[in-house]
Amino acid sequence: MIPMADEPLVLGIETSCDETGVGIVRGHTLLADTVASSVEEHARFGGVVPEVASRAHLEAMTPTVERALERAGLAFSDLDAIAVTAGPGLAGALLVGVAAAKAYSLGLGVPLYGVNHLAAHVAVDQLEHGPLPKPCIAMLVSGGHSSLLLVPDVAKEVIPLGSTVDDAAGEAFDKVARVLGLPFPGGPYIDREARQGSGTAVAFPRGKYDDGTLDFSFSGLKTAVARWVEAREASGQRVHVPDVAASFQEAVVDVLTRKAVAACRRHGVDDLLVGGGVAANSRLRALAQERCDAAGIRLRVPRPGLCTDNGAMVAALGSDLVAAGIAPSHLDLPADSSLPITTVHV
Amino acid sequence: MLVLAFDTATPAVTAALHDGERVLAESTTVDARRHGELLIPAVEIVLREAGVVLREVTAVVAGSGPGPYTGLRVGLMTAQALASTLGVPAYGICTLDAVAYASGLSEPFLAVTDARRKEVFWASYADARTRLGDPSVDRPQDLPTEPPLVGAGARLYAPDRLAENAPDYPFAGALAALAAERLAAGDELGPARPIYLRRPDAKVPGAPKKVTA
Repeated sequence: MIPMADEPLVLGIETSCDETGVGIVRGHTLLADTVASSVEEHARFGGVVPEVASRAHLEAMTPTVERALERAGLAFSDLDAIAVTAGPGLAGALLVGVAAAKAYSLGLGVPLYGVNHLAAHVAVDQLEHGPLPKPCIAMLVSGGHSSLLLVPDVAKEVIPLGSTVDDAAGEAFDKVARVLGLPFPGGPYIDREARQGSGTAVAFPRGKYDDGTLDFSFSGLKTAVARWVEAREASGQRVHVPDVAASFQEAVVDVLTRKAVAACRRHGVDDLLVGGGVAANSRLRALAQERCDAAGIRLRVPRPGLCTDNGAMVAALGSDLVAAGIAPSHLDLPADSSLPITTVHV
Repeated sequence: MLVLAFDTATPAVTAALHDGERVLAESTTVDARRHGELLIPAVEIVLREAGVVLREVTAVVAGSGPGPYTGLRVGLMTAQALASTLGVPAYGICTLDAVAYASGLSEPFLAVTDARRKEVFWASYADARTRLGDPSVDRPQDLPTEPPLVGAGARLYAPDRLAENAPDYPFAGALAALAAERLAAGDELGPARPIYLRRPDAKVPGAPKKVTA
């Protein structure tokens, strides 16, 4: 698809957690997506250390922006707008991205759009699969979030339907990985182990499975896995990691996909989007497809590189805001670590 | 020469412009929790008051700390990004040097700022322009006991030792003047990178806690 010349050229900056993401889009055409990750610096701590992440963002920002421009074959002067994640996320980490975005906006004399991280996870799918159906249901699952959203128009209105009452899905993956002696971040390692195991080997509990809400709970599941493993070890039995990983993973994706389909049915919506880092999980993608097919729901899942945090998603949402004629943010825009999902832009 | 300087390493969010001769404009707000919100508006204010446009700036200078990290990064990130759009260098100058420079003292003293957690960031000076050694972070009671003190850290912990008429904060007018002076003298200025002095608070975890007794 050849981009139309009048579509805005937007640079997006994402620093809500441990990835310094910079993306450039023209309309819904992806021109560059560069990410500098500090994940290796966090691995030995078993989780993201906010101060380590913030320091890494400051180091990585300008080189990552320059790399993105280089990859897109563009100069600063080509840009029409800057978009940045204003929240939710780690306060100190967000602030580095917001400071950079404001400086780029002021220095280039182009408008700034402060956007919601979660809405950006929804908007990014348009770079791969075209305009979003209005409305659609979005399920966002990551290390920090597990949410079901009704999205009438991602540039204007996002309505929360349910979310986790305790741990995020990705957080449960990290914690279970630790119990199983797998590295951080746990998601990819559990996914890999699970392929060699059986998802029905252990019947782990499914929190809030039949409670009639669209909320999630993963804390009990995590504890159940730890208890099961400890009981095995205490009685001197071998723990077959692939089976435990597969059974845990099955419990998570069973609840997620069941509630996502329920959300579609309840709101009479036939389009489901799954995004966020956990959407890179191969079993979640497979089971979501299976259940959507059975329910007559069209499923959209961005490729894994666009599911994890990145700057392209921020640029994509920024591009939607420009196209919708939304007023830009002021340059005294604060970073808001607990920005509600109902606030798409600030 | 047109130097745009700002500092966010203390509760003062401060920006100024200097043309090599004098400070054209300065804007300072003391608010320890809103560096991210206040800095760019301060830059816009000094540009407007000085009647210049950003394109005319030939160097961007940020206080490089030491200072509380979240605020400190706002200034340095802003300097790096702004300078890259303008195609001019971004420099960092030790925040304590700006406090020292503004004191105008010609005898030895210590510049001291608040490091929180009942500690101070400090450095020793032979006079307003000459720092002796690298900055440190210590408990206020462990500072050298002889020389007079300048800076908000001194006002907080040892007000009886404060030098007269010395500034509490690294006002950007002083930072810009110091930068202009060093640039005019052909001195090499450092990069706009942070002086942290402390490692991130993080512990490598032990084995996972048992959930069963």
